[in-house]
Amino acid sequence: METFVFFYFASIIVVTAGLVVALKNPVYSALALLVMFFHVAGLFVTLHAEFLAIIQILVYAGAILVLYLFVVMLLNLKREEHFHSQLIVGLFLGCVLFAEAVLLVLKGETTLGNNLAASAAPIELTRGNTESIGELLYSTYLFPFEVASLILLVAMVGAVILTKKGILEVKS
Amino acid sequence: MVYALIPLLPLLAFVVLGLGGHVIKKRAHVIAVPAVVGSFLLSLMALNEVASGTVLRIPLYTWANSGDLTITLGLFIDQLTVAMLLLVTIVSSLVHVYTVGYMHGEPGYARFFSNIALFTFSMLMLVMSDNFLQIFVFWEAVGLCSYLLIGHWYERESARAAATKAFLVNRIGDFGFMVGILLVFVTFGSLQYQDVFSQLDQVAGGTVNLLGAIGGNWEISVMTMICLFLFVGAVGKSAQVPLHVWLPDAMEGPTPISALIHAATMVTAGVFMVARLAPLYNLSPVAMDVVAVVGGVTMFLGATIALTQTDIKRVVAYSTLSQLGYMMMACGLGAYVSGMYHLLTHGAFKALLFLGCGAVIIALHHEQDMRKMGGLKDKLPVTYWTFVIGSLALAGFPLTAGFFSKDALLLSSWMSGGLGQMLTVLGLLTAFMTAFYSFRLVFVTFWGESRVDPDHAGHIHEPSKTMTVPLLILAVLSILAGYIGIPEFLAPAFSGGESGGHHEGAAATGIMVAATAMGILGIAGAYFVYVKSPGLPDRLATQWQSLYQLSLNKWFVDEAYDRTVVTPTLKMADSLWKRVDVAVIDGAVNGVARTVAWGGWVARLLQSGQAQNYALAMTVGAVVILGALIFL
Amino acid sequence: MDVPVSYYVVLSGIVFSIGLVGVLIRRNIIIILLSVELMLNATNINFVAFSSYLGNLSGQVFVFFALTVAAAEVAVGLAIIIALYRHSSSINIDDFRLLKW
Repeated sequence: METFVFFYFASIIVVTAGLVVALKNPVYSALALLVMFFHVAGLFVTLHAEFLAIIQILVYAGAILVLYLFVVMLLNLKREEHFHSQLIVGLFLGCVLFAEAVLLVLKGETTLGNNLAASAAPIELTRGNTESIGELLYSTYLFPFEVASLILLVAMVGAVILTKKGILEVKS
Repeated sequence: MVYALIPLLPLLAFVVLGLGGHVIKKRAHVIAVPAVVGSFLLSLMALNEVASGTVLRIPLYTWANSGDLTITLGLFIDQLTVAMLLLVTIVSSLVHVYTVGYMHGEPGYARFFSNIALFTFSMLMLVMSDNFLQIFVFWEAVGLCSYLLIGHWYERESARAAATKAFLVNRIGDFGFMVGILLVFVTFGSLQYQDVFSQLDQVAGGTVNLLGAIGGNWEISVMTMICLFLFVGAVGKSAQVPLHVWLPDAMEGPTPISALIHAATMVTAGVFMVARLAPLYNLSPVAMDVVAVVGGVTMFLGATIALTQTDIKRVVAYSTLSQLGYMMMACGLGAYVSGMYHLLTHGAFKALLFLGCGAVIIALHHEQDMRKMGGLKDKLPVTYWTFVIGSLALAGFPLTAGFFSKDALLLSSWMSGGLGQMLTVLGLLTAFMTAFYSFRLVFVTFWGESRVDPDHAGHIHEPSKTMTVPLLILAVLSILAGYIGIPEFLAPAFSGGESGGHHEGAAATGIMVAATAMGILGIAGAYFVYVKSPGLPDRLATQWQSLYQLSLNKWFVDEAYDRTVVTPTLKMADSLWKRVDVAVIDGAVNGVARTVAWGGWVARLLQSGQAQNYALAMTVGAVVILGALIFL
Repeated sequence: MDVPVSYYVVLSGIVFSIGLVGVLIRRNIIIILLSVELMLNATNINFVAFSSYLGNLSGQVFVFFALTVAAAEVAVGLAIIIALYRHSSSINIDDFRLLKW
């Protein structure tokens, strides 16, 4: 049962990822990405990371993609004509990289697979995922948490400044 | 210790004139002449002290001390040294005075005096050296001064070429000399004369196997090897065959230095060296025979060439070559005292002859060709008579110093055995030729109808006193030097060799008669050919055409060297330049630069400005590294 | 779980490669940024899978932070795109060649 669920999610994820890259219309690409996000969230749920699944939908699908769509609409983009000249090289490199990744996994699978197959210790199901993450976040990872807020602040300020009219024009 | 001033005074003159010459200019002689005259007076003091038999050793300075090798600077003054000191200082002083008149008004006046002061210093240090390295250093120094002085009129290409030729040929000799010195050090463990002489008995029988390295067997006495190599240096410096070619060309220099360097002092350094190292040569009969034969060949060759030359300085130069051969031959036959005796007297009369030539040249406004002279004996009386006295001394006419020294030389040669007797016959033949060509020079230059260029004919007059007084002094010396007992004075320095003084006996009288006869015959022959029968020289020249050409062209030695050594060397240098330096080395260096530039041009293409290209590059890098991690 | 962790790693690898190819071959800057998001998601999947299999929550916390950073990056990136568009009326990456030699 779990394997079937996994394969369903995985295949959709792969297909929509391919569509994001392959489609010429940027709006279609964004929408394909949206579908992918949902299925990734589903995958997270099967892995007992419910909090992250929700965060994934909220942030990625709800904020980031919306932002992309806003920009696409704003810039009124048309279909792109043709791919970059690096097409063949890029595809080739992608395959090579994937093959290497698989090889790496195969090399190390003997130890990892065994360990994991044996231990496969499930995460404690006594408390909720959210509660556990929250506890971890505010104790061990407090400092990165605060820094993350700073990063967001910087991004906000940066975005505001960059989009001020006249920032890239030469003062004449 | 005061004797250290002997070389120091000329050195100071050199420094002052060298640095301040452009300030002093015409007054340069005020500094140079007193310096060298002072050296002469001090040499007289040394003579006084040494004459009583004492030998002076004055260590001056230890320059370096490295393991077994100690390099020092020191003075060694014995009878031989004193004789050379007097020769050098007298001739140098007279040449200094003569130069005041000869180089009057020339632009290089101060430079000339500074160079001859340097030369005098070097020569004095050379004769006073007490170790091999010192003599070598000053050997080179006099070679340098010779180069500077021959090339004094450096605007002339012939002067530059002659100076370079002298230096290069000397250098070949110096190489042999250096090898000899190295052998001395290896064999004796020290470079001091004293140490070497005291160890001679122990080393005398030693031999060395020349082919030992390749498994053969050719034993040569160590002493022979040392002496032969040292002799190579003397061959270069004293212009013996085959390294004699530089001496005639050295006549490009001003006449005063021809007198000083190439007659009396520098060229005699080789003979002096052989005489100084007599104890070494006495242990090697083979080397001595080589020295004697080389000397004999030089003696003969020089005289044959002098018979036909037309430039008056060249005649005297070849005469010098021939007389040097006499001296070297004597030393090679063990007659060191006679050889040195002749060296000293020759210094006087040859310097006189050269200075006389200089007077003639100046009087005729720098004309040197004999065929354009003649009829000068009434116009230049002092020059003429001193020249005649010098020529008589050269020819060995009785009562002149030359007569006594040549006679002693031939007698000692005859007494020294089979080879000596053969060489003495050659020497007598050469004496005939010597008398012949020297009086040929006198008759053609001073007698007969005047063939002088009409432009100059009206202005011929005796040169100034600064030039004639040295001529007179040298003429007096050319006669008196035979009577002051030089052989007896020198004999103690060569203890164990032949004794000085006059020999008695049948051989002595025979040689004296034969030598005198040769001299008189030569003079008479020259008189007959050049005065009595004017057409005879040309007829003789055409009749004996090949011999005449051989003599006129200096036996084609220069041409032979040019073909075998000079041209191949120049060709090899040229091909090394074109093929190796330009093509290979420059090609490699430029090629590196071109490759770097090409690499830069190619690398530049990476900067396309397109971010995706950069992303591609990053991806490629990541793939490669991952691949390395997986597979390696 | 019946699904071995290597499956998740392979999935993550596939998605990452697709994202990488997308960065390399698309000319539209927005699509390039979307491909970057793909790559980030792929790593997130990886982290969560390992977090689940090793029983350690740190992986999920890391995903949390990666998400935060991704959001910030998107904001700034889009702001840049807008500024670029205002400058040259194009978002074709080939038109921005200021770094060319």
